[in-house]
Amino acid sequence: MTHKQYPSLMRLSGLIRKEMWQIFRDPSSIGIAFLMPLLLLLLFGYGVSLDAKDIKLGIVIENPDLTTQSLAGSFERSDYFKPFPFSSIQEAQQALRERRITSILWLRNNFSEQLLSGQQAPISVIINAVDSNQANITKGYIQGVWLAWLTEYSAVQGKSLPLPVTLEQRVWFNPALSSRMFLVPGIIAIIMTLIGSLLTAMVVAREWERGTMEALMATPLHIGEMLLGKLVPYFILGMGGMLFSVAVAVWQFNVPLLGSLWILIISSALFMLVALLIGLLISILSKNQFVAGQIAILVTFLPAFILSGFLFDINSMPIAIQFITHIVPARYFVAILQTLFLAGDVWPVILSNLAALLIMFLFLFAIVWRKSYKRLD
Amino acid sequence: MFNSVLSITNVSKSFLRGNKKISALKDVSFSITPGQVTGLIGPDGAGKTTLLRLISGLLNADTGQVSVLGFDTRSDSLRIQASIGYMPQRFGLYEDLTVQENLNLYADLQNITQQDRAKRFIELMHMTGLKPFVNRLAGKLSGGMKQKLGLACTLIKSPKLLLLDEATVGVDPVSRRELWEIVYSQVSQSAMTVLLATAYLDEAERCDDVLLLHEGKLIKQAPPEQFTDEVAGRVFHISSTTQSHRSLQAELSQANGVLDALIDTESVRVVMQKNQQANIAHILPNHKNITVTPIKPHFEDAFIAMLKTKSVLRQQSLKHKTDSANEDGDVIKVEHLVRQFGDFIAVNDIGFSVKQGEIFGLLGANGAGKSTTFRMLCGLLPSSSGYLSIAGKDLRDSTADARSRIGYMAQKFSLYSQLSVQQNLTFFSSAYGLRNHQQKERIEWALTTFELENYRDSNAGLLPLGFKQRLSFAAALMHDPDILFLDEPTSGVDPLARREFWERTNMLAESGVTILVTTHFMEEANYCDRLVIMESGKILSSGTPKELRLQAKTVDNPDPTMEDAFIYLIEQRQHHDS
Amino acid sequence: MRNILALAIKEFLALFRDKRSLLVIIGPPIMQLVIFGFAATYDLNHVPIAIYNQDEGEYSRDFISQIAGSENFTIIKSIDHDSEIPPLINNRKALLVVTIGPNFSADLHRHHHASIQAILDGRNSNTAMIAMNYLRTILFEFNQTWAQKHGLGSALTVQLKMRSWYNENLRSQWFIIPGIVGLLTLVVTLIVTSLSVAREREEGTFDQLLVTPMRPIEILLGKAIPGVVIGLFEASFIIVVAVTLFDIPLRGNIGALYLGLVLFILSATGLGLMISSIAVTQQQAVMGAFLFLVPAVILSGFSTPIANMPEALQWLTLLDPLRYFLTIVRGVFLEGDSYALLLNQYWPMAIISFISLAFAGWLFRHRMY
Repeated sequence: MTHKQYPSLMRLSGLIRKEMWQIFRDPSSIGIAFLMPLLLLLLFGYGVSLDAKDIKLGIVIENPDLTTQSLAGSFERSDYFKPFPFSSIQEAQQALRERRITSILWLRNNFSEQLLSGQQAPISVIINAVDSNQANITKGYIQGVWLAWLTEYSAVQGKSLPLPVTLEQRVWFNPALSSRMFLVPGIIAIIMTLIGSLLTAMVVAREWERGTMEALMATPLHIGEMLLGKLVPYFILGMGGMLFSVAVAVWQFNVPLLGSLWILIISSALFMLVALLIGLLISILSKNQFVAGQIAILVTFLPAFILSGFLFDINSMPIAIQFITHIVPARYFVAILQTLFLAGDVWPVILSNLAALLIMFLFLFAIVWRKSYKRLD
Repeated sequence: MFNSVLSITNVSKSFLRGNKKISALKDVSFSITPGQVTGLIGPDGAGKTTLLRLISGLLNADTGQVSVLGFDTRSDSLRIQASIGYMPQRFGLYEDLTVQENLNLYADLQNITQQDRAKRFIELMHMTGLKPFVNRLAGKLSGGMKQKLGLACTLIKSPKLLLLDEATVGVDPVSRRELWEIVYSQVSQSAMTVLLATAYLDEAERCDDVLLLHEGKLIKQAPPEQFTDEVAGRVFHISSTTQSHRSLQAELSQANGVLDALIDTESVRVVMQKNQQANIAHILPNHKNITVTPIKPHFEDAFIAMLKTKSVLRQQSLKHKTDSANEDGDVIKVEHLVRQFGDFIAVNDIGFSVKQGEIFGLLGANGAGKSTTFRMLCGLLPSSSGYLSIAGKDLRDSTADARSRIGYMAQKFSLYSQLSVQQNLTFFSSAYGLRNHQQKERIEWALTTFELENYRDSNAGLLPLGFKQRLSFAAALMHDPDILFLDEPTSGVDPLARREFWERTNMLAESGVTILVTTHFMEEANYCDRLVIMESGKILSSGTPKELRLQAKTVDNPDPTMEDAFIYLIEQRQHHDS
Repeated sequence: MRNILALAIKEFLALFRDKRSLLVIIGPPIMQLVIFGFAATYDLNHVPIAIYNQDEGEYSRDFISQIAGSENFTIIKSIDHDSEIPPLINNRKALLVVTIGPNFSADLHRHHHASIQAILDGRNSNTAMIAMNYLRTILFEFNQTWAQKHGLGSALTVQLKMRSWYNENLRSQWFIIPGIVGLLTLVVTLIVTSLSVAREREEGTFDQLLVTPMRPIEILLGKAIPGVVIGLFEASFIIVVAVTLFDIPLRGNIGALYLGLVLFILSATGLGLMISSIAVTQQQAVMGAFLFLVPAVILSGFSTPIANMPEALQWLTLLDPLRYFLTIVRGVFLEGDSYALLLNQYWPMAIISFISLAFAGWLFRHRMY
């Protein structure tokens, strides 16, 4: 009669099986667990890019001749520009205002004259700088074409271009400076946040709302089994999502995975646990799908997007905000991901970020453990 | 004390609701006898659910001790939970899991080995009749089958103590009877002890012992006979040859010395106040042609006698309704109505008509097509074919005017749970076009008539069920409708509240309101003027309550109840099918 | 009319009587505006840079002092050996290492030519590119001054004179924060509307609403009002914060902005109600809203330009109301636009609002389980 209640594998596997059936039968969890990750991967892999190309450049040449033709020709040949000729600067400026072009290259009618007479011949450039990042990139490209043309022009004139110091640049890890290379690994963190926090928060809150929690609690289920029963299925799902994303990143988008797979798996597992615990905590505190869903989106998804260093550089944020990013778990995982994929097993980066994740995990685990008890009040 | 299955000593429990402390249980002590079925009764909000949750270890008592099978719930809840079965009010079936998957889950949770399991599943499937549906999603089962599955999940481990919280709410009489057969067979087979909370007093009457809880206090613990002994000699049948039983009942409930009057078959059942039974002779001095017969009291009479003081309903002056009937006098007319969902025919060629001022009942088991019919009548669902008209129009494509003449009370008393009582009333009255002074007056009317003043600012979602029902009824009546649609208006509500509800409905019908009602409570069918019994989308039988009951008359059962008639008709039909 | 008002009041009560949802709707968006407003920037400040200077001449010292004087860079270390470079870059201590060879000053003096080497961490390509641009600018200025000092200045005959319109100092906050007005307005409006029908269906009150004399159009309007009011309120608040706290110039016609805002909120409300009417449960509604929200943000040009996307995706962005509103909000804030220039942004949103609202209204009566 007084035999002790041991944790039971049967109870646990029963719970896990149940959870799996539920995931596969509800279109909305399929949506979050499978559709959304695929969508994000495709969007970030194929669609979204910070790298400017086909910049719509209006070219105004007030007095066309061979020199101006050769300058315009340099821009036309560049992959970065899509030139639109205008006959007057007024027209071009109107087009800029109407957002038909994003920048203007303007050679005044005395350009060649000044150039031949040895005077300073200015090229005017106007850039729509609303998107400052793209404007900066455009500026860089225009400078590049200009310098190349100038070197060529000087050579034709039999002079060498007096550029006293030249810069040799070497880019490590991502020589082509392609934004896909860092966006695609980063998206893995977002996908795992979705499955770990959002989906988990919703499904647990649903159990409270539908009254299934009360029936579960009235069985001899140990609280640890209950937590594990929720953690394991979504852990598997999240890790599956991770492996799938890695495969797509490596084989479809040619992102190199220089680090070792097992470190990737270990750090993903740790991050997944943190995300799951956050999801559980949200659902325990809200006990209602409406509130749980909203909190999950606002405190997990958007911060993972903006504060993780996935898109915006953390070092450039104000100190106070940098401080806040330390409580965003995705921050640590994004750093690990970008390093593992593009740089390899750089231990100092990996270990310090893993340590941060581990601390978060222990902290969250302690809270969740304290907050979950098999009582209704 | 160790051999006691359940003993409760000086238990109190209160909850914080907002800033208010509400005590749910006050100093309750009792113990129950092993191997018996004990009933737990009391009005809504009496603390029944709290008590069951305390026993199952889901709540901790503030003070006092709850000991189950010799263990204290505070320290040994896991051990207790391994040996008891608890079926909460809304049993947590996973609706997106199949019947088999639900069973497997609970078998896993109870740690039942594969060998034991197979045998037990067969037994349970046999008992519940769920065998043909093992691969169906639980969400697609009818209400009765869901409850049976819930019970099966609870019984997987043959618990030593079985706790049932209103297990038969929303369940039709056939399924109800089957559910109890399962429970009683378990009691006799494996000496299980059962504690069941119920709002159906006929269920309580069958128990070995009954606990009556009221406002958190234990009023009485005794076998049911002792309860009925209290009212012995105070219960009578009164019938009149010249007056409708409905108006007779209205008059009697106001008469001197009468504690309770309700319609029972074709007469009025009267319970006299204590020591007033002598007055029965001249109860209605002006009436010559009434007959009074003393009868054997039911458990329900005793329950009412203990909790009811005097009929509290205020007399209302209702203006008589204008005529809304068509040339035949029918307010609601349905002919050859069909509704299909894919291959499934939910409503199969039915027809009936309802006259003004009639109370018309739609009876049937869960899944018989009542709700579908109801939704079509209200214009919520288009019909596949057939004709239907409400006051001459089809509500589906009629103007707002036509809808403004109907009142609708949804199943489960759907209200805006986050809104207060007053805000709910304000919203519904506005939606029906009530304005300014008239609106204010009507809200005050609703708050007083339905005694909701004390709950004016409480959220509707937190009201006790009986008050939810009142509010829902009040909301349907705000605009003084000519036609009322009531979908299971008394489901899960305690007997006191049911009585009040029917008194009001009677008054409304007397004043010319046409009422269409669905119900599971067969005895309530007696309130209807006419009714139909539906099964598998078809009408099995229709007529007055008396006509229907007489169909089941046999030598053994010369005076069948409505429930007998219902079960008889369903069995006839099944017999006919096979 | 008063029916609609009564329903709208009920919707507000349902939203705000639960203090938690009040907090969720008001609190986080404002917090996020402030945090994201500061956080979401592509500008780099104090890029950590390390210098490996093997040269002992004066020119290299000049050059290094110019780097040190720049706000964009912070010199974290001067190193003495090649082997120190990889750990600095690998461990993300420095984004950039500049190497100056031993003969730098001598070469420059003798041949009027020398070179330096920069090693960059390319893990975040955008950051790397921007840092490189900063370094180039410094080098360019160094070259100009040096050439002039040594009588070579006249040879660089063609000058680039660049002017930036609308965002003269190229501040990415000016670009991002007006975008946040659109982003947060969309989030809030979706939160408010996407659950409103699904919740009533789940609780069973929707039937009750449908049997009242209210017409679907009235129900639709009553359900839309809270979304529009809350959306307008939050958007206005964010606009005020953008102007006062972040000093974003508001140069254009505020009427043109609000016309765009109303159309945008109407389309968001329509889409939210549509999702809500399709969903059977609240969970599906939340997920549905989310499945719409994420691509809508990514495809809107909020953080990555639409022009950089493949053509097929650019077509898809035409369905995204946020895309149009971002053009409006940035146009009015920075470019000083008025109605005429924004006409092409207004009408697509008007069409999206009309179709989504009409469809949502139709679904009220026609979606039955």
